[in-house]
Amino acid sequence: MIPTLIVVAYLGVVLYIGIFAFRRSSGTGAEDYFLAGRSLGQTVFLLSLFGTNMTAFTILGSAGHAFSNGIVTFGLMASSSALIIPVSLFLVGPRLWALGKLYGFMTPVQMFRDRWECGHIGTAIFVMLAILLVPYIIIAVMGGGTALSAISGGLVPYWFGGGLVAVVVMSYVFFGGMRGTAWVNTFQTVLFLSFGAVAIVLIGVRIGGFPEAMKSLLASETTASLLTRERMPPRLFFSYMFIPLSAIVFPHISIFCLTAQKMSQFKKTVIWYPICILAIWLPCVFLGVAANAMTDVPAIAAKLDARAALAALDLSAGTGALAELQRAAAGDDVILRMLDHYAPVWMAGLLGAGILAAVMASDSQVLALSTMFTEDVFAYYGAKERFGERAQVLTGRVFVVLVTSVAYVIALRAPPGIFGLATQYAFSGFAAMIPIVLAALFWRGSTKWGALAVTLWTAGTVVTTAVLQVVVPPPAAPVPVWTFGGLELITRTPGGTDVLGFMPVVPMTIISALLMYGVSAVTRKPSDATIARYFLSRTL
Amino acid sequence: MRKSIRLGLAVLALYALHQDFWFRDVARPLMFGFLPIGLVYHVALCLAIAGLMWVLVRYAWPVELERAVEDVTRSASSGERS
Repeated sequence: MIPTLIVVAYLGVVLYIGIFAFRRSSGTGAEDYFLAGRSLGQTVFLLSLFGTNMTAFTILGSAGHAFSNGIVTFGLMASSSALIIPVSLFLVGPRLWALGKLYGFMTPVQMFRDRWECGHIGTAIFVMLAILLVPYIIIAVMGGGTALSAISGGLVPYWFGGGLVAVVVMSYVFFGGMRGTAWVNTFQTVLFLSFGAVAIVLIGVRIGGFPEAMKSLLASETTASLLTRERMPPRLFFSYMFIPLSAIVFPHISIFCLTAQKMSQFKKTVIWYPICILAIWLPCVFLGVAANAMTDVPAIAAKLDARAALAALDLSAGTGALAELQRAAAGDDVILRMLDHYAPVWMAGLLGAGILAAVMASDSQVLALSTMFTEDVFAYYGAKERFGERAQVLTGRVFVVLVTSVAYVIALRAPPGIFGLATQYAFSGFAAMIPIVLAALFWRGSTKWGALAVTLWTAGTVVTTAVLQVVVPPPAAPVPVWTFGGLELITRTPGGTDVLGFMPVVPMTIISALLMYGVSAVTRKPSDATIARYFLSRTL
Repeated sequence: MRKSIRLGLAVLALYALHQDFWFRDVARPLMFGFLPIGLVYHVALCLAIAGLMWVLVRYAWPVELERAVEDVTRSASSGERS
């Protein structure tokens, strides 16, 4: 009961921050609602940008992944993001901000249309970005329902939890716009940052320190490999470096780049970003690994038993038994179980609030979708001129309600696996579109046809991979799907699909870059006047 | 060598250092008695990346672009006043 009350109080605080405390808009225009009047200060910009990139996976998924795979989780997802995201923010962020300031852009699609003198190809890019973003919003509503139900021990039903989270997010995005969303994200990031440190200290004290736990893991043959990354094939480990390329292409991140008051605010943001990643991921990954030694926690002992049974499973037992054991051995809730066992009850409430904070990262995605719709469709096709800016903002607000409501209805009816799959490949899709962003900003010779080729290629490969995963169910051991001259080109694995041992994101991104270059080289470039507007500076 | 090439190489070096095959199957020593060496390595890498970002900000910040925006903003606001 106490954790539920803490979480409800947290939702109240979030609503207050989003709607009332920071609804200090200086105007009623579109720029004020969608971009906070391009006026966010340094601290809010850094913390909110970082929080926007954190999802439910950061806390629960990272610990769960580390529980099953060991310390490799940190290298796969944390230190790779710590390098790629700040570098891409450094290269792209200030340029996007400057072009937005100079030419009034509010979305990346507006820039693409202007940069390559194209209308309909911009619309194609908008459709692609929007389709890739929608599953994240649905997943967030589902996560809200599941999390509240779990935290309350079933007291709050799934449909009510999902609805409550959807209404809270919708309310502060509706009223507070970008300013409210940014302040809520700032508050949530502070909660994230404090959560990991508090959890590790509390659990460490209760179990009498971690050295004994780690020594016991090292002493056992089955768990010693968790303290290395020998279970992860090198090509797969390399592939993960491509996933964070998606960050700067996400519409909610690229649009957020336009909200800074000054260009110099990117400086501290890119320097502190790796430190923030370290502060959040290290405790979660470490606790996930250490959980393997906490066999006195009944729920964790049951997971370890299921893992042992999985290792000894006769593959002829069928995929049903396999899936059942995989579910029982999954570690997404290990932190929750550890805190239940070792930490005081208020800590479980704080954890619940932290999980909801991660789940509610959908706020910026809903707002980004609304911004893109009103700017790239409503305004672009003449409705802003006809009905005025006030109607545009009203349309944006109605769109927020619509998107959240539709996401809620779908979340109630759809099986969770479908959207898990969709987000898995949406990451690859966004990463494969990075050549569009880089070419627009850094290559005079790029053309709209190159951008269209990348968009179509990305759409085709995301759909093909998703269909393949549905048609060929996850096997117990890797199964070749396409072999050529004795070489296994495409392989269906228990966790996904491999292309020559790499994740699909690697060939998708490399071929995207080649398409951007090849198609642009043989098609007509925009006018010199347009190109000149985009290359004011030659620095780096 | 041009500054931008040197800095680009530094980014690539950290990219390469991320693929620490030399610690792939090594757990010992446990730093501070409980942190496997492979994990400590990636923590150190994160700190080195923060250092690299400081260097990029210090030596490769697009100053001309920043000035261009300031000039345009200044002339726009003085135009509004007059």
